[in-house]
Amino acid sequence: MAQARSRKRRIGMQIAEHATGIIASLLFLAPIVWTVLSAFKPAQESRQPPLPPWPTTGFSVENYATLNTFGDGLWLPAQNSIYVSGMTVVLSVIVSVLAGYGFSRFRFPLKNLLFVLILSTIMIPFQSILTPIFLVLTKIGLHNTLTGLVCVYVTLQLPFSIFMMRNAFDAVPREIEEAARMDGANNVTMLLRVMLPLVWPGIVTIALFAFLGAWNEFLAALVLMTDQSKFTLPIMMTALQSGRFGAIDWGAVQAGVTVMMVPCLVLFLLLQRFYIRGLMAGAVK
Amino acid sequence: MTSIAAISTPARRRKLVGAGRRQWIGLLYVAPAVALVVVFFIIPLGMTAWMSLHNWPLMGAHSFIGLDNYWAILRDTRFWNALKFTGYYTVIVTIAIFVVAFPLALFIERPRPLTGFYRTSFFMPAVIGFASASLLWSWLLNVDSGLFSPAAFELGLTEKKVNLLATFQPAFWSIIAMVVWKVAGFTMIILMTGLQSIPPDLQEAAMIDGAGPLARFRAITLPLMRRTLALALILSVAGSVLAFDQFYIILRGGPRNQTLTAVYWIFNQSFVSFKLGYGAALSMVLLVILVALSLIQLRLLRQPEGVD
Repeated sequence: MAQARSRKRRIGMQIAEHATGIIASLLFLAPIVWTVLSAFKPAQESRQPPLPPWPTTGFSVENYATLNTFGDGLWLPAQNSIYVSGMTVVLSVIVSVLAGYGFSRFRFPLKNLLFVLILSTIMIPFQSILTPIFLVLTKIGLHNTLTGLVCVYVTLQLPFSIFMMRNAFDAVPREIEEAARMDGANNVTMLLRVMLPLVWPGIVTIALFAFLGAWNEFLAALVLMTDQSKFTLPIMMTALQSGRFGAIDWGAVQAGVTVMMVPCLVLFLLLQRFYIRGLMAGAVK
Repeated sequence: MTSIAAISTPARRRKLVGAGRRQWIGLLYVAPAVALVVVFFIIPLGMTAWMSLHNWPLMGAHSFIGLDNYWAILRDTRFWNALKFTGYYTVIVTIAIFVVAFPLALFIERPRPLTGFYRTSFFMPAVIGFASASLLWSWLLNVDSGLFSPAAFELGLTEKKVNLLATFQPAFWSIIAMVVWKVAGFTMIILMTGLQSIPPDLQEAAMIDGAGPLARFRAITLPLMRRTLALALILSVAGSVLAFDQFYIILRGGPRNQTLTAVYWIFNQSFVSFKLGYGAALSMVLLVILVALSLIQLRLLRQPEGVD
């Protein structure tokens, strides 16, 4: 009888735990779900408070169409965001794979100094050097260009991604390299054919962080992109939400926020274990 | 003796030169990274220090004025107010994040069915950007078309729709709620890694000795994850000291400029008033604060984890 009671109590505990878990999960998911659903209301309904969150007077993509009429439309800033994030991913992967390989496998003068120099930039907030970055970009003819913004984003990614890549290359046993060298592989074939397949989890991790960093960045884009045709999505949406294009259309804001959130959420759900890996690597060291 | 040396030296030297040349190639591999960091980080850093000693308008010539910008900072009560507000916000938001994230970490650390789902749900807001999250909440907090005030009104909790963003207290706590929602999952994962590094047999041994859950938490869990706690704390503090997006997007520094943070004030001075030299001097102050925080972090993290 005592056993039955304790079993009952254990089941009761489990129900309570899962109830807590589900309620907490709903609290965290609610704002996201609320926005995605509300964005599909007709414009008329979007002006009302979102109670209930789902469309009650019919499903509509009117808000997305309205969003497209503000400023330069939706497609141009979306294109800018895609370009900036894509280029940031490509360049930061190339630069940090090269640097990670160099720092891991070669001995050269100033090596440790350069490594510490790159890593220590993480201590300095980029917010405090934005004005000079603006002047440097002007000096080299990249001010108000998406390429200039990409250069800044790549630089911000380097401490984390070079650290990740150096560790990834360090974990590859030297015997594999020596065997390949015996077979006559030179440095370039070694890196591309032998090493890359072994360090690709690290590459996926840094690519994911580079994408999220560039896609979501706000302050640098706000300061450096002064021309409306160069706005990325966060800047364009903030301009819209501040009433810069006339009365604030909250339906369009919901649609815009959905466009900004969905790529991050999808990538995270697909590549979750790489994301957590990166976080752990940062946390353990 | 000499003959051996004479024979062996050229061979060894050739080998060294060959190895040396191969090693120098390493510099080529790291060159692009170093170039980017120098052009977009080291040079701007030096320029910030240099500009802070100048009167530097956006247009026209700049002139050297020594430490005048720094003397002006001492009298800039609005900057000190912004710094004070930033400190206040940092303390409150960090406490709030830990109060939510620690129970969540304990909750997801134990394996049970659905743990993966819970962990992913709690973490989802962390991958969307601060700008997206701020835009989203600026809608939820809107008095007419938003969620909170109309819902409270419909439920009869308030007599009329209250504008949450019109006065300091509700506006401030709305921001805290939004940041906790967005960041708690991130802190939770960091804390979880610390919890998982505690050997389970330690907990079991304590349980056999009759230690209750609270005693085990205080005597085993907390001391053994000191390093992880320090890391989560520093990440939260550094992130909060640099807060900008949410105050700019949701509150525009209002109501009545009461929520201007340090970065916001620097942004205003540099890119709204175009006092670039003064903005640089303010940046130097912020930079010193952050570097000091980083050095404290290094000290805290260097202490080895373990029972002492």
